[in-house]
Amino acid sequence: MGQKILMKGNEALAEGAVRAGCRFFSGYPITPQNEIPEYLSWRLFEVGGTFIQAESEVSAINMIYGAAACGTRAMTSSSSCGISLKQEGISYSAAAELPIFYANVVRGGPGLGNISPSQCDYWQATRGGGHGDYRVIVLAPNCVNEMGNFPKLAYELAEKYRNPSMILADGLLGQMMEPMKFEFETVNINKLPPKDYVLTGCKGRDRRVINTLHLDVNVLERLNWHLYKKYKEIEANEVRFEERYTEDAEIIIVAYGTSARVAVDAIMKGRQEGLKIGLIRPITLWPFPKEIVSKYAKKTGKLLAVEMNTGQMVEDVLMFSNGQAEIYFYGSPGGTVPTGDGVLAAIKTALKNKATIGEVCCLNDI
Amino acid sequence: MIFKKPTSLTKIPMRYCPGCGHGIVHRLVAEVIDEMGLREKTVAVVPVGCAVFLDEYFDCDALQAAHGRAPAVATGLKRSCPGTTVFTYQGDGDLAAIGTAETVHAAARGENFTVIFINNAIYGMTGGQQAPTTMPGQKTTTNPTGRDPKLAGYPIKVCEMLATMDGPAYIERVSVHNVANVLKAKRAIKKAFKIQNDGLGFSLVEVVSPCPTGWGLTPLKACEYMEKTMIPYYPLGVYKDISQPKTEVSAPKEIPDEEPVENKNIGL
Ligand SMILES: Cc1ncc(C[n+]2csc(CCOP(=O)(O)OP(=O)(O)O)c2C)c(N)n1
Ligand code: SF4
Repeated sequence: MGQKILMKGNEALAEGAVRAGCRFFSGYPITPQNEIPEYLSWRLFEVGGTFIQAESEVSAINMIYGAAACGTRAMTSSSSCGISLKQEGISYSAAAELPIFYANVVRGGPGLGNISPSQCDYWQATRGGGHGDYRVIVLAPNCVNEMGNFPKLAYELAEKYRNPSMILADGLLGQMMEPMKFEFETVNINKLPPKDYVLTGCKGRDRRVINTLHLDVNVLERLNWHLYKKYKEIEANEVRFEERYTEDAEIIIVAYGTSARVAVDAIMKGRQEGLKIGLIRPITLWPFPKEIVSKYAKKTGKLLAVEMNTGQMVEDVLMFSNGQAEIYFYGSPGGTVPTGDGVLAAIKTALKNKATIGEVCCLNDI
Repeated sequence: MIFKKPTSLTKIPMRYCPGCGHGIVHRLVAEVIDEMGLREKTVAVVPVGCAVFLDEYFDCDALQAAHGRAPAVATGLKRSCPGTTVFTYQGDGDLAAIGTAETVHAAARGENFTVIFINNAIYGMTGGQQAPTTMPGQKTTTNPTGRDPKLAGYPIKVCEMLATMDGPAYIERVSVHNVANVLKAKRAIKKAFKIQNDGLGFSLVEVVSPCPTGWGLTPLKACEYMEKTMIPYYPLGVYKDISQPKTEVSAPKEIPDEEPVENKNIGL
């Protein structure tokens, strides 16, 4: 708590995680998130925690699976292709109901892609990514301040629901410096509520097993329905979003992370010209703020998704607009970042246009 | 001494095939845990493979790992709960194919847990395909005419490989093809747990073990196959022991030819 400090996004995330009680990190270097492990390599040491540079992302995620199984607040971080490798452990953690936390500071893809900021992993983050019926709680910061403050929320949600949680940022948020203020008291890990599932040896109690193998189809069916109910509960209770300039808006931009910052620039410029533009910024990408999207779809009849990809979240916007609005998309894939002017031009086109309901109308000049 | 079931094993009957080595090794590990009084602080890391039900058989805390990832999972467990005794139990497919990187690097880091490595030269659970340890000439479902090293490469000798590294504290290869070797295997397993308890670092016991089902042999023939074919290729002995002055690895001919295994009920 207290004063504002100038920090890089990745470092803020790392420091925020430590203050939130993280005591175990394992990861494998990949740009543009290297400041996270570099920072934690000395910082965790200061608080008596463990830092391991793993031999691969596969190994790193499995290390935090082990650490979380004995009750430690553990984390890993990576970028895009590294997260693909972590999907195995994420699926296992979801099945084992272990509250792991990880961050994806996204770069351009697919394949090796590039190291520039991107939002091309939205589908992977919000649809599971690994095998099986599971969901991950996804938080999308849009400034360094949120990079530093979200890890605490990520741990709390992960532990409340015994489910993996993640921060989905992009390379720009990871690399930029901004004033940062930690808005929470440093977590005292000794005062966290005891967990009744952790594996520390069975002294004084019955033995415990954390297993993800259920050969009896009925048992696995029960687990899947149990997870389903849990996900419904998360959807009902944990939606977070920000609304700006929506009151009088005739068109609403839906954007998260860096895109949402660019959208604000476009909105300010547009409003100076008398255009009534609003913003919905999903903070939880899963659970997606579907009700607010539906509400403004009905109210304005026009929604514009701005994303640093070729259109991923826009599919959720389309789905949750419930056929009540024209859906437009303006994208900047491959590591490019949209400009306020580019978004404003897209808004002007959308305002003049009449798009087919039920389809996404792409406004890029391609 | 009254011969009874180790308390570290549950009452659940094991599902292994007749003549399988897994049951013998489970019993040895459980006896060691009992004798050292470790049950209440032990966490077993369960593999993927025929031993996937290990958590049902061992009466201690247990955590299922993904195929090959047990050493990474054990690293996370042991590093964040150093007061526990952690062992992984892995087949050759698990440890020496999909999990080679995890194994080599946990050993390199000198992680303070124990690996029980079952070398049965085959993928038992998935129906007898080639493993990294399958013998040259050995027939498997994916080497229908026998493993040809020119096409399918050579077997991996895990102990020899890991013993070249500075990280491991204790590496020994044992076998369970006859009573004398079963007893030696138990001594090695006990030593490995002791090395961990003393905080000396990474310990691994490779157990050359029969898979009569995967090899298409009777339990007795499987033991003969081990003795005649496998053990000369995978010499038994201590490959590394930082708690002792350097010892020579025993050559295959030095293995005492003791009581042959009469039937599958060898009482272990
Ligand atoms: C990622 C992944 N790949 C493949 C499998 C399928 N699989 C299950 S057990 C096994 C081989 C096990 O062989 P080994 O480790 O030698 O143990 P054994 O069954 O011989 O005791 C394989 C390939 C799996 N479960 N997960
Ligand atoms: S298939 Fe082989 S390793 Fe698996 S239980 Fe049967 S004999 Fe044992």
